[in-house]
Amino acid sequence: MSHAAIADKPASTLRGASLPKWSPYAIAAGSLAVAVGIGLAAGLDSKVQWGLIAAILFLLGTFGIAARVEGRRQAKDRIATSLVWVSFLLAVVPLVSLVWVTVARGVKVLDVYFLTHSMGVVADTEPGGGIYAAILGSLEQVGLATVIAAPIGVLTAVYLVEYGRGNLSRAITFFVDVMTGIPSIVAGLFILSLMLMLDMEPFGFAGSMALAILMMPVVVRSTEEMLKLVPNELREASLALGIPKWRTILKVVLPTSIGGITTGIMLAIARIAGETAPVLLLVWGNPFINANPFEGAQASLPLYIYQQYANSAGSGAAYDRAWAASLTLIAFVMILNLVARGIARWKAPKTGR
Amino acid sequence: MESTQITDTPPPTPQPVSAEQKRAARGATRPGDRIFLGLSRGSGIFLLVIMAAIAVFLTYRASLAISKDDANFLTTFEWNTGLVPPKFGIAVLAFGTVVSSIVAMVIAVPIAVAIALFLTHYAPRKLSGPISYVIDLLAAVPSIVYGLWGALILVPHMNGLFGWLDTYLGWTGIFSWQGGAPRSMLTVGILLAIMILPIVTNVSREVFRQAPQMIEEAALALGATRWEVIRMAVLPFGRSGVISASMLGLGRALGETMAVATVLSPTFDIQSSLLDPGGGTFAQNIASKFGEATEFGRDALIASGLVLFVITLLVNGAARMIIARRKEYSGANA
Repeated sequence: MSHAAIADKPASTLRGASLPKWSPYAIAAGSLAVAVGIGLAAGLDSKVQWGLIAAILFLLGTFGIAARVEGRRQAKDRIATSLVWVSFLLAVVPLVSLVWVTVARGVKVLDVYFLTHSMGVVADTEPGGGIYAAILGSLEQVGLATVIAAPIGVLTAVYLVEYGRGNLSRAITFFVDVMTGIPSIVAGLFILSLMLMLDMEPFGFAGSMALAILMMPVVVRSTEEMLKLVPNELREASLALGIPKWRTILKVVLPTSIGGITTGIMLAIARIAGETAPVLLLVWGNPFINANPFEGAQASLPLYIYQQYANSAGSGAAYDRAWAASLTLIAFVMILNLVARGIARWKAPKTGR
Repeated sequence: MESTQITDTPPPTPQPVSAEQKRAARGATRPGDRIFLGLSRGSGIFLLVIMAAIAVFLTYRASLAISKDDANFLTTFEWNTGLVPPKFGIAVLAFGTVVSSIVAMVIAVPIAVAIALFLTHYAPRKLSGPISYVIDLLAAVPSIVYGLWGALILVPHMNGLFGWLDTYLGWTGIFSWQGGAPRSMLTVGILLAIMILPIVTNVSREVFRQAPQMIEEAALALGATRWEVIRMAVLPFGRSGVISASMLGLGRALGETMAVATVLSPTFDIQSSLLDPGGGTFAQNIASKFGEATEFGRDALIASGLVLFVITLLVNGAARMIIARRKEYSGANA
């Protein structure tokens, strides 16, 4: 009974008038409908404009209605909320569009033939050919880069966490941070300047070295974070048993954090697998299969995408191949990401019981 | 003291024993320890050596090219390495790089800050995790795929927006459009904005997450709306973090190669309008000119790369220093 009495009272006595919970959705639907109407009436063919009109209408509508009903402060709060939501949606639109387009256009030519054959003598403007040489080249270059960068990165992180004190470790920390910001093309130019001095022709391993430079700081950072998570009690227990520090690190610290370290390395691999610029300068690309990364130009998946796009003069066949190669590359990177995160969850450091 | 008095014998000389024990306890003298320390310290030093080597080798090759340059390297609007004597300069590239990055920052930073706020203060807790994951996916997409998407999907979609901007804002000069393909600095800037969004978002999110909860709750208790809490308690706290996050994003935008190379239709002059195609950036110029460059031409490109290296080094270094200083006084990493 008393509930009914309270409900009957005007709600404004204590809390002030407020809009019903469904009002943002209603305003959103309304502004979207008006935007579509305007878009159709004015003959705007771009959906981007429709979206922008809808967003602006939504913000204005929210502010106007809230200012009338709830007052200026609440209206400002609502407009901030809407702006935050709109920004989030704005960020999602390109991602959805990119994934959608890549999948929709990529599946056109992506089949077993595409994955197991190379371009060979197929002209850029003709249909046919595939990415076998590119996949092979990418796997070799990225694999070699990992073989170089992973041990150096992990050891550097071990030094920073387990030994590092003083100026040297501070310098390394700072320059590792700065190194993560080196543009990939600069890493490529560095190896290129070495090659110019030694008078070398482009080859796969040159690309690996540039990729390793890009990969090392990423591995250092992630490994460092993981090593810091290892509880000090474990180290102390091991040292108290008289075990030397290096065995403590190898047998206690690293095994405890191995899941996180693997995750970090895999994410770093995912990052360098898509790098195009250094490969463009150092590996050149090759329509034929070259399985030897130490001699002669090699193909590479990201580079293949670029060359199919750039050399095709607008040919549909080449664009199809570029999309299919993009889909393969994205799938590879996403699978690496997912597996890495899976490992991180599965092998999370066991801190206490 | 007492024991020596009671036994009345001279204390056993402790010096050699304790020194040995000390050395053993320190552990650094065991061969395994020495090797391991050497290896790990060596890797750290190796990283420093690489950084130094990048600077040294780029400078050396660049000096070879610049010494033969017949024009002023910094102010020339030309890139003719094939001429005798060669004439090339970075004025156009510097302008294009700065303009495209500024456009990217103007678009990306407010949106990234809003998304960071969304993740820390607005999104339902259950949504926050998956959304962070989506943002991470944005970061994982290779830049060449962004480039392909930008060139084949984004560029055609820009026509409408460009017409609009020309009609309503064309009088400013910055947004006038002569109707060429929209492969211009504005399109490049929008694409770069999408690409740097994740890093700016992630760093800002970490900073906002550290904002002192007590002050936020105090503000709420005084009847502040959520926006007022953010404006008074969260944003002032996170300002330096957002600045350094933006600079990290700026570093990315400055050095981005493939997305610019695929989208921009480059010319070697400066366009006064953001909408007209033309101009170029350091990284894009290297990627597109490299194929047909002679050895001297490559040295010239390395010279322009050196400028890019120095710029990104300064931007990133400054960003990291701001972050490091902030960590010290906020005690966030304690």
